[in-house]
Amino acid sequence: MFKILEKRDLAPSIKLFVMDAPLVAKKARPGQFVILRIKEGGERIPLTIADYDAEKGTVTVVFQEVGKTTRELGTLKAGDFIQDFVGPLGVPVEFPHHKKVLGVGGGLGVAPLYPKLKMLHEQGVEVVSIIGAKTADMLIFEDEMKAVSDRLYVCTDDGSKGRHGFVTVVLKELLEQGEKFDEIIIIGPPILMKIGAEITRPYGIPTMVSLNPIMVDGTGMCGGCRVSVGEEIKFACVDGPAFDGHKVDFDELMKRLATYRDEEKISLERFHGSHECKLTEQIKGADSDAVK
Amino acid sequence: MPLNKSKKKTPMPAQKPEVRRRNFNEVALGYTEEDAVNEAQRCLQCKKPGCIQGCPVQVQIPQFIKRIAERDFDGAIKVIKETNSLPAVCGRVCPQEEQCEQRCVVGKMGEPVGIGRLERFAADWERAKGVQVPDLPAKLSKKVAIIGSGPASLTCAGDLAKLGYDVTVFEAFHKPGGVLVYGIPEFRLPKAIVQEEVEFIKKLGVEVRTDMVMGKVLTVDDLFDMGYEAVFIGTGAGLPKFMGIPGENYLGVYSANEFLTRINLMKAYSFPETDTPIKVGKKVAVVGGGNVAMDSARSALRMGADEVHIVYRRSEEEMPARQEEFENAREEGIIFDFLTNPVQIIGDEKGWVKGMECIRMELAEPDASGRRRPVPVKGSEFTMDVDTVVIAIGTGPNPLLIKATEGLELTKHGYIAADENGKTSREGVWAGGDIVTGAATVILAMGAGKKAAKSIHEYLQSKK
Repeated sequence: MFKILEKRDLAPSIKLFVMDAPLVAKKARPGQFVILRIKEGGERIPLTIADYDAEKGTVTVVFQEVGKTTRELGTLKAGDFIQDFVGPLGVPVEFPHHKKVLGVGGGLGVAPLYPKLKMLHEQGVEVVSIIGAKTADMLIFEDEMKAVSDRLYVCTDDGSKGRHGFVTVVLKELLEQGEKFDEIIIIGPPILMKIGAEITRPYGIPTMVSLNPIMVDGTGMCGGCRVSVGEEIKFACVDGPAFDGHKVDFDELMKRLATYRDEEKISLERFHGSHECKLTEQIKGADSDAVK
Repeated sequence: MPLNKSKKKTPMPAQKPEVRRRNFNEVALGYTEEDAVNEAQRCLQCKKPGCIQGCPVQVQIPQFIKRIAERDFDGAIKVIKETNSLPAVCGRVCPQEEQCEQRCVVGKMGEPVGIGRLERFAADWERAKGVQVPDLPAKLSKKVAIIGSGPASLTCAGDLAKLGYDVTVFEAFHKPGGVLVYGIPEFRLPKAIVQEEVEFIKKLGVEVRTDMVMGKVLTVDDLFDMGYEAVFIGTGAGLPKFMGIPGENYLGVYSANEFLTRINLMKAYSFPETDTPIKVGKKVAVVGGGNVAMDSARSALRMGADEVHIVYRRSEEEMPARQEEFENAREEGIIFDFLTNPVQIIGDEKGWVKGMECIRMELAEPDASGRRRPVPVKGSEFTMDVDTVVIAIGTGPNPLLIKATEGLELTKHGYIAADENGKTSREGVWAGGDIVTGAATVILAMGAGKKAAKSIHEYLQSKK
């Protein structure tokens, strides 16, 4: 069992947990992820490690409530326990000789982007970042990103904060203005990574993306997370999750992510059903005036 | 002791095919006491028993059978457990027909003695009354780490615990048992049995730690730093093989590992009560001819598929699956397409499987494996109308721990090189089971775990 030490609401539907997981914290490096299972009968879901502290023995994960499991996870509080928390999994990322790096993070993707940029910043690399979200209140990790970036651009789809538009618009501008980077890291929804990688391709700048396919074990045993990278089939759990964005077949990835869409709906409706029942019971038990 | 001269094995009650094809309950129901005594009386009690030579862990077969015939079931299980710590598992999944039973003298004139069935009976008889934990020797205060919790590891851990070692088992999944829980389906090996075996080794004092992906969370070096004096690696052959044909990434294409793990370990058959889904369509093709292919096909049927095919490139004779599993599968309505090889998988616009193009094969001269080599028949391509494909063509060594461990010599196929006692090129490190041999049987893995335990014991005794 793994204890939730701290819980923070970063944005509507986006939550952060600081987990008590000393063994994971000791080995964790930027680019790695964990697999967790809330309870017996639960599914195993991968979450990127957003931060870690080997001394305190803590690992920070950030998740968005989209399906049944993430919503159920969101109902847990500080002090509660999670059944399984496995990691660190995946290959750590390394940037041995870089001088200047651009980080591009969209939505929840800012969380996995952060530890990579933090490491680069600590290595003395010049870090430029572009982060974005649908709306101002959906933006996460702005302060953290500010702390590790030499220059930070903020964008929102609706213009409620920073630049009006997608992060890719700023990415395009910087490259068109002739700014040079040793590497560009783009993390966000697959469509954002696809468009971003297409923008950087003509400039020949190495572009790293971090993929989030469906996984079961996370140890290379099931092959469910396979992605086409160039001519090869890679397992995101043990060969990734970071890959060369210019080689990834994003269309295939997006299709494969939809495999269980029907089942996800069934699961979610069932979860809502049981929760609404509890809510109705609570309301029934409360003062009837309060209900009105 | 009266002799039963029947040429046939005493039949074992089983679920009828038309019923069992739609449920995950165990197919074979096991002998009653009368059945067992009756079958035990078919044993000739040979002076030079061949059956023992056929057993990878050398169970004293005539001895235990004699005790069953005498209704001394307690004595029978004691004899078995002297050499086999997982009899309830072995009685169910061992390929007895090519081991002990193949060498049975009774088998020369009719069917051999049902050794596997009798072993299962004795084990189940003991389970029903509650397994006794043996008296343990004084602790040696020497720590041994076991990586993985499949049959090789459980055997090695149990044997070392019985010798007084302080044993810790590290399992990557949330549940111990390895292939016994993620691979072999409930209808062939109930998970409760595996659970009991794990509980038993815990009672011997073994600590079982789950969620430990070794090589990631801890390395072999870490284990030595933590004070473990010997390490046994029994991580299995868990890397799925794909065919390398176009279309393998379409939705609805599964490796057998993923397919079976979702169903067995994650209990996708209980979805949505449990959270892990699986997509099993109406018409399923399973590619391969081994036990894993049989397990996948029979699981697909139980998940509600209308039609399940096994597509195998050689003929029935070369098929590596156990005869019993093949027969069970056929009785349940699995369709066998022999001498057929997939060429490509065809998908629809959304990326879902809608068919599989195959080519007919014919058998040429024997190849290196001694089996006749299948070659394609020119122009014989045809398309199977399927919506789910499960690829069960074998597995390779998972490199995760190997990559993270320095000084381990590997075979040319990437398995860990080990001598006959499981000793690897690195001091203090043993390995056994599928990670050394490649995918093999439960009993061979157990045999390897046993030999390694003995070798580790000798090493640690000489070390002090």
